[in-house]
Amino acid sequence: MEISRFGLLVFTIAILASPAISDLVLSKVDRRIYLTSQIVRISSSLKVENGGPEMVSEVLLAFPELQAKKLAYLMATQHEGKGKAKNSAAALPVEVASPKDMPPALTFYSVSLPKGLAEGDSFTFDVLAVYTHALQPIPEQITQADIQLVVYQESAYYLSPYVVKVQSLSIKLPDSRIESYTKLENTKIHGSEIKYGPYENLPAFSYSPIVVHFESNEPFAVAQELVREIEVSHWGNVQVTEHYKLVHGGARSKGEFSRLDFQARPNLRGASAFRYLVANLPPRAHSVYYRDEIGNISTSHLWGDSKKTELLIEPRYPMFGGWKTAFTVGYGLPLQDFLYKLEGKRFLNITFSSPMVELIIDTLIVKVVLPEGSSDISVSAPFPVKQWQEAKISHLDIDGRPVVVLEKTNVVPEHNQYFQVYYKFNKLSMLREPLMLISGFFFLFVACIVYMHADISISKSSASYLAKQQWEEVQGAIQQVQNIISRCLTTHDKLEASLRDLSRTGDVQACKAARKAADGLLKELSKELKPLLTFLHSSPSAAQILPKVEELVAKERELQEKVMAKHSTVVDGYEKKSGARDIENRVALQQQKLTALRQEVDDLLEFIDDI
Amino acid sequence: MSSIIASDLLKPFKLKTKQQELLIRVSILCLVYILAFITRLFSVLRYESMIHEFDPYFNYRTTLYLTQNGFYDFWNWFDSESWYPLGRIIGGTLYPGLMVTAALIYRLLHFLRFAVHIREVCVLTAPFFASNTTIVAYFFGKEIWDSGAGLVAAILIAVCPGYISRSVAGSYDNEGVAIFALLFTFYLFVKAVNTGSLAWGLASAFGYFYMVSAWGGYVFIINLIPLYVLVLLITGRYSMRLYVAYNCMYILGMLLAMQIRFVGFQHVQSGEHMAAMGVFFLMQVFYFLDWVKHMLSDTKLFQAFLKITVTFAVAVGAVALGVGMVSGYISPWTGRFYSLLDPTYAKDHIPIIASVSEHQPTAWSSFMFDFHILLFLFPAGLYFCFKRLSDATIFIVMYGLTSMYFAGVMVRLILVATPAVCLISAIAVSATVKNLAVLLRSKNKVVQTGSTKGTSSGKASSKASLDQSQPFQKNGAMALLFGAFFLLSKYATHCTWVTSEAYSSPSIVLAARGAHGNRVIFDDYREAYFWLRQNTPPDAKVMSWWDYGYQITAMGNRTVIVDNNTWNNTHIATVGRAMSSYEDEAYEIMRSLDVDYVLVVFGGVTGYSSDDINKFLWMVRIGGGVFPVIKEPDYLVNGEYRVDKGAAPKMLNCLMYKLSYYRFGELLTEYGKPPGYDRARGVEIGNKDIKLEHLEEAFTTSNWIVRIYKVKPPNNRW
Repeated sequence: MEISRFGLLVFTIAILASPAISDLVLSKVDRRIYLTSQIVRISSSLKVENGGPEMVSEVLLAFPELQAKKLAYLMATQHEGKGKAKNSAAALPVEVASPKDMPPALTFYSVSLPKGLAEGDSFTFDVLAVYTHALQPIPEQITQADIQLVVYQESAYYLSPYVVKVQSLSIKLPDSRIESYTKLENTKIHGSEIKYGPYENLPAFSYSPIVVHFESNEPFAVAQELVREIEVSHWGNVQVTEHYKLVHGGARSKGEFSRLDFQARPNLRGASAFRYLVANLPPRAHSVYYRDEIGNISTSHLWGDSKKTELLIEPRYPMFGGWKTAFTVGYGLPLQDFLYKLEGKRFLNITFSSPMVELIIDTLIVKVVLPEGSSDISVSAPFPVKQWQEAKISHLDIDGRPVVVLEKTNVVPEHNQYFQVYYKFNKLSMLREPLMLISGFFFLFVACIVYMHADISISKSSASYLAKQQWEEVQGAIQQVQNIISRCLTTHDKLEASLRDLSRTGDVQACKAARKAADGLLKELSKELKPLLTFLHSSPSAAQILPKVEELVAKERELQEKVMAKHSTVVDGYEKKSGARDIENRVALQQQKLTALRQEVDDLLEFIDDI
Repeated sequence: MSSIIASDLLKPFKLKTKQQELLIRVSILCLVYILAFITRLFSVLRYESMIHEFDPYFNYRTTLYLTQNGFYDFWNWFDSESWYPLGRIIGGTLYPGLMVTAALIYRLLHFLRFAVHIREVCVLTAPFFASNTTIVAYFFGKEIWDSGAGLVAAILIAVCPGYISRSVAGSYDNEGVAIFALLFTFYLFVKAVNTGSLAWGLASAFGYFYMVSAWGGYVFIINLIPLYVLVLLITGRYSMRLYVAYNCMYILGMLLAMQIRFVGFQHVQSGEHMAAMGVFFLMQVFYFLDWVKHMLSDTKLFQAFLKITVTFAVAVGAVALGVGMVSGYISPWTGRFYSLLDPTYAKDHIPIIASVSEHQPTAWSSFMFDFHILLFLFPAGLYFCFKRLSDATIFIVMYGLTSMYFAGVMVRLILVATPAVCLISAIAVSATVKNLAVLLRSKNKVVQTGSTKGTSSGKASSKASLDQSQPFQKNGAMALLFGAFFLLSKYATHCTWVTSEAYSSPSIVLAARGAHGNRVIFDDYREAYFWLRQNTPPDAKVMSWWDYGYQITAMGNRTVIVDNNTWNNTHIATVGRAMSSYEDEAYEIMRSLDVDYVLVVFGGVTGYSSDDINKFLWMVRIGGGVFPVIKEPDYLVNGEYRVDKGAAPKMLNCLMYKLSYYRFGELLTEYGKPPGYDRARGVEIGNKDIKLEHLEEAFTTSNWIVRIYKVKPPNNRW
């Protein structure tokens, strides 16, 4: 019942016996349709033969309009026998064509052959066509326990503007459970494979609709929108951030969702749901993260070896039909694997599409963020994309980084090819941001220094301000006094040292010289001290501290005298060649006083320091 | 020789003692600043940079709105996503300080070209302000005691668990900035009182304004400061400085606070703010009397005048207050205020306040948990304060004593007491250590001079100086110093342990240890909220208990019936009534509220105890408080709350029970236990055959913690 309805619904293309445009004949057509995932792939091998006198260099491929809309990817390659690997075959150029006198409900692509076909020549090539959203769930709504059934429609005969001599079709299904399929003559079923044909000598535009209704529990993961941001940093990293808006594109779920059933028998109650997605990231991908708007998602696993990095991500909840989710995956890649230099330009060579396995992307937006200061930007993509430029302001940017935006709709894994972005970038620009930071800090510190040293009080004549200023002057003077005193003390130390040298070497002359130098220095210091003391005397705010300072100066003077006296005694003793013990005895008393005085001076210094 | 040259070379770089001290002080402060920040980052490192708990989600949502739509839109925002169908005027019902602060930091960072996300700013706002609080604590300590006490206070408050509990990274709540504002205001006020300077008074008014804009706890300031002033007046410490400081702070602070819409005219109309006004007038009376005393030389005459004036002033004040109260111009004290003064008040009168666990009276263990040695240092510090009474120490003593009382009344107010406890303890530590160090240093000096003497005249006398006259004093001081060091290091380890174990869990994500010691993460809340966000119609209304309201609006982006704002008790009671009714009665209520989804939290599978079944009695109480149809005894058996076979029949068939345990009876939760064994309560449930008529299970998270039900449309009539 349903199937017949669909047979009507699809295309009622007039199978017109319109005149063939050339004398080409398809002598053999083999089609294999893979329905094993949500993405439908039709791989056909065509053998064309020129039956007319004219040279032919183009072959037309016809697609009904409905199919053409769902066509995401089309590629023709030269057939090189079965033994050789497919990717080594050269791709043949494919273009949209609009030949005259053709039914309007058909879309045509023309494949250019590597060399023209003369009369009687033949050429074999393969065509791979990839369709999205070609499987329609019937029924459209299922409960958790139901299995998901989908319908696929095709023509049993190869639709072509040429006469087809021999053709066959095989349909590969994911499972052997088939609800129904159109039976024509020569229909065979082998497990999960349905075979139609061979059919012979069919005229151009032969068409015979077939419908397959089968079970498919493959993940129907559809990214309604994917924004991929590839940010190049010349400091050694390519950061890829992918924002997914994902939906389960299969039969919509209805009724209750029971966690109990789902936990107990996940393959039975929840067969149509998918729990995880797998992404094949490039090797050496690092700092991988997986999160969404409200935070990190902890259910993901990462394996890596030198050839690839495999990331398994689970959405927060199992995805049932029609359920949506959104998340972000990000990872860093080493720059040297993707950025190259060519004739003074640099170019980024990176894959275009998502690394997810078997994912349909309705709208893919790729943004390549180049470092600030890049110029002469151009893009070379293997397929047509919409393209424009914008700017992105990121850390420490002044006028933003140039962003190349590429947009493509209806993207399948086959589009995951390398594309290149060429640009010019001066290495010196790399230093811009660190320099900005350094200068920022520099000015901050300069501002601090200026603030500390500048006088920013508003009223320069207020009493408190004046008092403060005076107090600062007094403090400065006291500090100078302290300085002088401590220099005196070091001079004393030097004298003592000279005495020690004397006792070791007996060199009286050197000791005297030291004495002389010290005398001169001390005199100078006492001269310096005088104006400071007079200033302190005159200043009213120093009144509190003055007695202490005076005491300090007096004690120091006393100390000075004592040291001198001791020095003279010792030197005298040496000159008179008295015994060492004798000298020590004579000095001992002086020494005691000296220590006491030194202690007092130190205490006073400390006291003044504390103010 | 070489050493002499080296020392000569180093001479210009050798710092004076004062400079050395400054250098050490500044570097300690810098380190404390950094320490206060990084010790709050446990949760970010262990989980992720995320917002915690309940209220912060609302704050985050409003901040997001503020940064996206600008201040005026934020100020005039009518939020239709909460309190359906009433809605909520956000601008007029929140304290905007936190959001504006975060938005300003965000703007500043963007101006400086740091393209950070607003979430990171929000997550790190509380630690940042905690760091600032340490600086304020330093200056405050310096003001009331000396710079040593200030340093110790900064260190103590940097790691004190009582404060960390509300200021870890991600706890984006008002308290995060409010404690900073509170301490800053107090510091500025004390400074104003100490200096009598108008500038400091003005600064404290602005500090108060910031506090008012940030947190409802400003009421504490506006009552503590008048109380303090009153105490100063009574103890005869009235001075011109006090007069200037208080009047400036009160008048300007009041005018500024009126700019916050949520506060409005409360400063002149609400009973809670009347103390400040009364003290203000009292100050004027004092000033007047002072003037009269100055003019009158006759003391007898003055005494008589004093009597008359005081009586008159008090009478006028009392009459004014009475008239205001009776005429309704001055509103009476609110229930929250009463429940602060009387710990038993909330339990009897306001179940919605009593239902929150952080409003419970504090247990001794949590005092010990949050303060550790500070609890013992606090009285010691009080002793030192009393020993050196000044205007500033009186303030800190009063702050400490009052806040300690409030901390005893409510667990969450430990937070307010923490700065005071830290400051007072810091005084104890600093004073003790200083005394001990002076003892030690005086000895050391003798030893040192002995050694210098030794170098100058042989080693003869060095031995003699080692003979101490009081050997015990030095050793005792040493021992005590080591003891203090030991205690303080114990404090540090305790604080770190508490921070990492107790206060760094986001409570959105639950972590447990698996059977093999591995870390198991229960991310069920976000699973459910994200499911709501993605797979329900954008205008769906979700009914849940009010605890989850903020999270549902922020993370699920869906309209809720009630949320954590709890401004409308009746609305909450309606939800409580729906949850505690039979399904068909509840269906009527839900239809009338346009409810599309019902969300319940259930911990029976994982053993998560703070779920809705455990909160259910509060729903009954709050519902019953407004709708007498709901009676608490109906849900209890002999005063006992149970969910197993012996439970009350009403309990076994109410909506909450049905939604929590729907199809749970078929689940085997634990090996060796019958199916339907509730791990949170440790019983087998009483009603295993639950059929739902008007609701259907829409989603249950992987560990069953959140269950969402869809309300079915009514059946066709034919």
